[in-house]
Amino acid sequence: MALTNGARSERPVLGPDERDGPWPHVLLAWPTLALTLLFVVPLGIIAALGFFRRIQAGFFEVGFVLDNYARALDAFHLERLSVSVLLALAATLIILLVAVPFTFLLTRRPRRAQVPYLVLVLASLSLSEVIIAFAWSLLLSRTSGISNLLARVGLLDAPVAWSPGLWAVLLAFVFVALPLAILSLYPTFSRLDQELPEAAGTMGAAPVVGFVTVVLPLVRRAVAATGALVFIFVLGAYVIPQTLGRPAQWTIPVHITDQAIMKNHLPLAASLAIVLLVVSSLIAAAIVLLGAGRFPRVALPRRAP
Amino acid sequence: MAPGGRCDGPAGGVTTARPDLTIQGLGKRFGATVALEGVDLRLPGGSLVCFVGPSGCGKTTLLRIVAGLETPTTGRVLLGERDLTRVPVHRRDVGMVFQSYALFPHLSVAENVAYGLRIRGVPKRVRLARAQELLELVQLPDVGNRRIAQLSGGMRQRVAMARALALDPALFLLDEPLSALDAKLREGMQVELRRLQRRVGITTIIVTHDQEEAMTMADLVVVMGDNRVQQVGPPLEIYRRPANRFVASFVGRNNFLPARVVAPDAVEVAGVLAPLAPDVPAPSAGSEVTVAVRPESLRLRQRAPAGAALQGSVTFVRDLGRVVETRVRVHEQELVVSGRGGFVEGDGVWVELPEAGVVALAS
Repeated sequence: MALTNGARSERPVLGPDERDGPWPHVLLAWPTLALTLLFVVPLGIIAALGFFRRIQAGFFEVGFVLDNYARALDAFHLERLSVSVLLALAATLIILLVAVPFTFLLTRRPRRAQVPYLVLVLASLSLSEVIIAFAWSLLLSRTSGISNLLARVGLLDAPVAWSPGLWAVLLAFVFVALPLAILSLYPTFSRLDQELPEAAGTMGAAPVVGFVTVVLPLVRRAVAATGALVFIFVLGAYVIPQTLGRPAQWTIPVHITDQAIMKNHLPLAASLAIVLLVVSSLIAAAIVLLGAGRFPRVALPRRAP
Repeated sequence: MAPGGRCDGPAGGVTTARPDLTIQGLGKRFGATVALEGVDLRLPGGSLVCFVGPSGCGKTTLLRIVAGLETPTTGRVLLGERDLTRVPVHRRDVGMVFQSYALFPHLSVAENVAYGLRIRGVPKRVRLARAQELLELVQLPDVGNRRIAQLSGGMRQRVAMARALALDPALFLLDEPLSALDAKLREGMQVELRRLQRRVGITTIIVTHDQEEAMTMADLVVVMGDNRVQQVGPPLEIYRRPANRFVASFVGRNNFLPARVVAPDAVEVAGVLAPLAPDVPAPSAGSEVTVAVRPESLRLRQRAPAGAALQGSVTFVRDLGRVVETRVRVHEQELVVSGRGGFVEGDGVWVELPEAGVVALAS
């Protein structure tokens, strides 16, 4: 190459690799290595662990048995799996129903007015699931919860226990994942031309009609991607259903924890984890595909040139 | 509209009497910021009105209030007898072309034009036929099936107009409709927009910062500045009889000279008596005023003419082809004269003031 350049003194046509030198490869190698070491290898170990043989003493030995996967797919665990999926889907639906209109209205406010809300959203993201679960279990308890306050001001006859229960779990799910949903929707909504819903209004569309016929079709991909993100996030939670739920709301992650930590049955915990991973990936992919549905090439609204 | 375009507009070719638009005591504040103050206007039904003014003067806010996209802090908006002030935008019967055009990227061109009809539950076949009719009206008969992204800027502009006219609105509102187009296309669209408006006969308001655009298109020009209406009138009246210094300097070019009123029909400018233009309320005798004179209404003479004239010397000559612009120093001031030229720098000349009189503005 160097010789050719010298001889012809004209600019060589370089491929992207040659132009950038070896650096992109070196830079890419690091995250690839990290991802392999920290994600692919452990995942492989867990998948393999599911086939190992459990020993009564509480450990396992290397082998190849299908017992663990068979148990992970028995009637009890399948029922738990469907409860987990339904709970996560319900939470996702509630979160989207709150986050989509909220983010839409937020991004229509002047930038400066948005800041306090964004700070609040970011701040609540910094709370861990554990703190949120225990805080809500206190707030919803009969002895020291919000119901005491409501009873004191006369809105309730006597303090009641709202936790554990289905609604307590859903509430905490919404609380923990709502900021994530808002932040995930925010960029798309803030790029949306504000004049689009206004234009719909001038043509006789009431605000809700304009939102459904103009805004939603333009943001459906972002909404679907956010739905998938929230769904996976919620489905993986185990402190919330364990702390705020009755056994009826104990999801697969609770049982995985139970098997791995309480019962020392690591091969069963591993096979349950793999089943959960496959199911959640399939459902998340379905949500994304659903969002891409009718208009596969929806372009983001741009200002006219 | 070129021959070949359809003759029946959205009104079906029948021009019905359009109600006047009345704006009374309108004001708008955003927090502590005053966006509009004391706006009183009566715009005749069926006319084309331009709101013109520098950016930030409140003209777009006024248009958005008329559209129902903003609520005024004070005052009322009436269409005929109907009070629109609290009527939400979707019940106002307006068609609007936005500055960004605001075309819906997820719909085809025809679906965009037919959107308002879809909202009203008009059957698909009927509304698409109507969309086609409107696309022919704006001379785009073949783009109905295209995506918005496949259109040029000029085409988008026409589609936005077709869409705004689809419901035969009572008011046709355009926010800087031509600002995104290049100069040549803009000139063509000015003529086309004017023709389109005449054909459909809908009361039309165009917001523009381009005073030339306003002067060439409008029946009535509303000059805005400093968040209020500075002057309302037909273009020529605004050009010839600016109400104040703001209008005189914003609309076209003007020379400004200090003067003193000496009689009901005369002022003294730099020691010379000059007639005041008739039909203009003259300030009281003795008051100090500013005289505004258009460069094209001044004449250059080699010798002192019979009428009022100021003596000076040529400082700069610029030949623009169609006219020659000559700058003349008179006392401490430089006057711009546009005409046939014929002088060079350093020449001593007489600048003849217009026989029709000068316009005196309160200082």
